[in-house]
Amino acid sequence: MIRVVLPTHLRLLAGVQGEVEVTLTGPATCAAVLDVLETRFPMLRGAIRDHVTHKRRPFVRFFACEKDLSHEGPDAPLPEAVVTGSEPLLVVGAMAGG
Amino acid sequence: MSGVRVLVGTRKGAFVLTADGKREKWEVSGPHFAGWEIYHVKGSPADPNRLYASQSSGWFGQQIQRSKDGGNTWEPVGNKFVYEGVPGTHQWYDGTPHPWEFKRVWHLEPSLSDPDTVYAGIEDAAMFRTTDGGANWNELPGLRGHGSGPHWSPGAGGMCLHTIILDPKNPARMFIAISAAGAFRTDDGGKSWKPINKGLRSEQIPDPNAEVGHCVHRIAMHRSRPNTLFMQKHWDVMRSDDAGDSWREVSGNLPTDFGFPIDVHAHEPETVYVVPITSDSYHYPPDGKLRVYRSKTGGGEWEPLSKGLPQKDCYVNVLRDAMAVDSLDTCGVYFGTTGGQVYASADSGNSWMPIVRDLPAVLSVEVQTLQ
Repeated sequence: MIRVVLPTHLRLLAGVQGEVEVTLTGPATCAAVLDVLETRFPMLRGAIRDHVTHKRRPFVRFFACEKDLSHEGPDAPLPEAVVTGSEPLLVVGAMAGG
Repeated sequence: MSGVRVLVGTRKGAFVLTADGKREKWEVSGPHFAGWEIYHVKGSPADPNRLYASQSSGWFGQQIQRSKDGGNTWEPVGNKFVYEGVPGTHQWYDGTPHPWEFKRVWHLEPSLSDPDTVYAGIEDAAMFRTTDGGANWNELPGLRGHGSGPHWSPGAGGMCLHTIILDPKNPARMFIAISAAGAFRTDDGGKSWKPINKGLRSEQIPDPNAEVGHCVHRIAMHRSRPNTLFMQKHWDVMRSDDAGDSWREVSGNLPTDFGFPIDVHAHEPETVYVVPITSDSYHYPPDGKLRVYRSKTGGGEWEPLSKGLPQKDCYVNVLRDAMAVDSLDTCGVYFGTTGGQVYASADSGNSWMPIVRDLPAVLSVEVQTLQ
């Protein structure tokens, strides 16, 4: 079970409070987590990654275990601590003015 | 009892302002979608409780929200706007080809007869339509495919399709406007389009007969006269009496012919409203006086309307989608400013009062007249 922390705006959009728990059947990757998230919460499609290319939106980043995973690639394995649920995967709206 | 519902989009959320037919006491609901840019909120003429809102964010992209109860509750619907076929290129600021890229929805225009059908004007300029209440959006590709698309270029605010007008007497006819391509018309329900820019003059375009390249800011129509259009252009207020086939200038005695919004009185098709703004890099009212100008002669002769509006030290702007009229017996006129004020006039513009003073910068104002 993977714990996902969404930014406030996306929690409100999806109508969830606190962390979202995601169970994967295949390899634990960022892309797999987003696939499950977007299936459960269709309104998140296009909000974290592009609808078609699945490229991460420029001002969205992924963190876990005090590391920036944003450039790891969508199919890179998530850290073991995230896979076991001891650490959350953080989806973060970048600090970019405004 | 009759009343009005004013739908306000701002830089940081949507607000719904309601009053009875006297339009004296207002209730303010919001912010809805706090923190998001709300470019436009509009209700369906076929079902006034059906509202649609364009919600966007530099971080999290585009959302479309739908309400079935007049804005009390909302639900996100489809937000996938993908150009039909290979998008190709338009002209960038430096004249080079630039790929068409979806950025946001500027304007939502619900069908006059079906609450599930809505047209969307987007940046980079294209027109989309949903026929299932917003679940799915498909491009009307004939507009970009008209042939002039590669020569369209963005205005300072982006290459946005900001105006959509549906002809109430001819369902197959629509008018749209794009900054800075110009105005277009379809007579076959959006399959094919023709530029309707003859008579427009734009200083940076040496060819007075240029088919596209005009910075049209806004177009308005009175529903009883769909062949008469009024246009606020980057410079000049224009009028057409042949459904856009030709235009003539009606700026007349306006203190400046630059501005963004333009609208027509609900019951007097020759009464037109604009808000003159000092161009080019200033974008605030002349002399720090916020004045709406009204023409009762279809343009040419204009009178300032200032009662109740700030007449000193006022340096706000009024954006293109931020003016609307209601259709009560005494026509109400409304507009919002980048300073967060929404002003209302219950007497066709003779006098004004602020409904609210301190909202985020107002991007759009629409009004529903409720029975």
